[in-house]
Amino acid sequence: MTKLAAIFFSMVLVDNYILVKFLGICPFLGVSKKLDSSVGMSIAVIFVMMMATAVTWPMYTYILVPNGLEYLETISFILVIASLVQLVELILKKFLPSLHRALGIYLPLITTNCAILGVTMLNIDNGYNFIESMIGSLGAGVGYLIAMVIFTGVRSTLEYAKPPKSFEGLPITLVSASLAALSFSGFGGLIENLFGTF
Amino acid sequence: MAKNNKLKLVTKGLLKENPVLRLVLGTCPTLAVTTLAINGIGMGAAATFVLICSNVVISALRKIIPDKVRIPAFITVIAGFVTIVQMFVKAFAPDLDKALGVFLPLIVVNCIILGRAEAFASKNNVIDSALDGLGMGLGFTLTLTVMGCIREFFGAGALFGIQILDFAPLAILGRSPGGFFVFGALMALAVKLDMANPSTLGNGSGCVGGCLGCTYACAPEKKAEAVEGGKA
Repeated sequence: MTKLAAIFFSMVLVDNYILVKFLGICPFLGVSKKLDSSVGMSIAVIFVMMMATAVTWPMYTYILVPNGLEYLETISFILVIASLVQLVELILKKFLPSLHRALGIYLPLITTNCAILGVTMLNIDNGYNFIESMIGSLGAGVGYLIAMVIFTGVRSTLEYAKPPKSFEGLPITLVSASLAALSFSGFGGLIENLFGTF
Repeated sequence: MAKNNKLKLVTKGLLKENPVLRLVLGTCPTLAVTTLAINGIGMGAAATFVLICSNVVISALRKIIPDKVRIPAFITVIAGFVTIVQMFVKAFAPDLDKALGVFLPLIVVNCIILGRAEAFASKNNVIDSALDGLGMGLGFTLTLTVMGCIREFFGAGALFGIQILDFAPLAILGRSPGGFFVFGALMALAVKLDMANPSTLGNGSGCVGGCLGCTYACAPEKKAEAVEGGKA
């Protein structure tokens, strides 16, 4: 249980996917302008991360490893994730139209989001079992949500700032992202102190 | 196409349409692996190889692949080449494999590669596509190497693994906040250089605005528009 909590909190705070591990930067810079869209996007990311892990972990452990096909990890994971997202979109459209309206536009965007493929591969690399992988994905997704929401706040203030001309737009956004990342680096060592090392 | 234009295909990737700084594609590996200059070169070389090969194959198959399934088809081609690179690096450069970690397989979802496949290779002939891949790859490698040099020098006082200073002038640049900061500063520099050269004005700067909607960077259809928009 302690290990699960340690995995969850280290994924949320210490190894935050956006600000520390640099995964999923494109949507982070793209949709973090408005609170609704950044929350919607993050919830879609959490959802797809969990679904993708639930499919790829058993696939890797029970199909690829017994047959000595580990080298197909990259190609099979990306195809599974891409088709999974399509499938989820179809199912949501048919059975949960309200959820589809809320998440629909974000789903195709995250097919090629490196955070999704990254989380499935890192779970395998870290040697997590199925439950740990699911908790790891949940933590990664929640960390994503937190970083997105915090940064949306930073960005809405940034709208009124007047940076030098060449810094306008994306460059100043990146510089402020660096300050947000700085605050997260303060969490380093938190997990070891709270839960001990593994 | 005239010889001059062929040369242009290669050189445009260096500054004017620099994939990282001007088109804002492939930001994740840019930020993550550039703590050391050598990683920048390694990542750039791996991505360039995948980019040239996938551009050539996709361009050769552009009349065969049906329009509706082109994105999955592109991803399959790209993933195949990424797997080749992965096995090659694991066998011959295990240190680099360790340094790049999960970002080596993640080349498969690198927006630059899918973006060029969609915006260029699926519409142009094989030779032009190969040159475009080479140019974009060089631009990517150059940016990553420059960023790696800056972060390695200030973060660890070294360059390409050779210790120059016996202290780290600005250790924070080697850590994650420094990645965002150096990237932002370099992007501002690229905008500045472009502004100083009026002949290219409006060329890329439109894209900086356009790619702010980098929501699209991960949506191939719209991204293609953004990339095309930058070219127009």
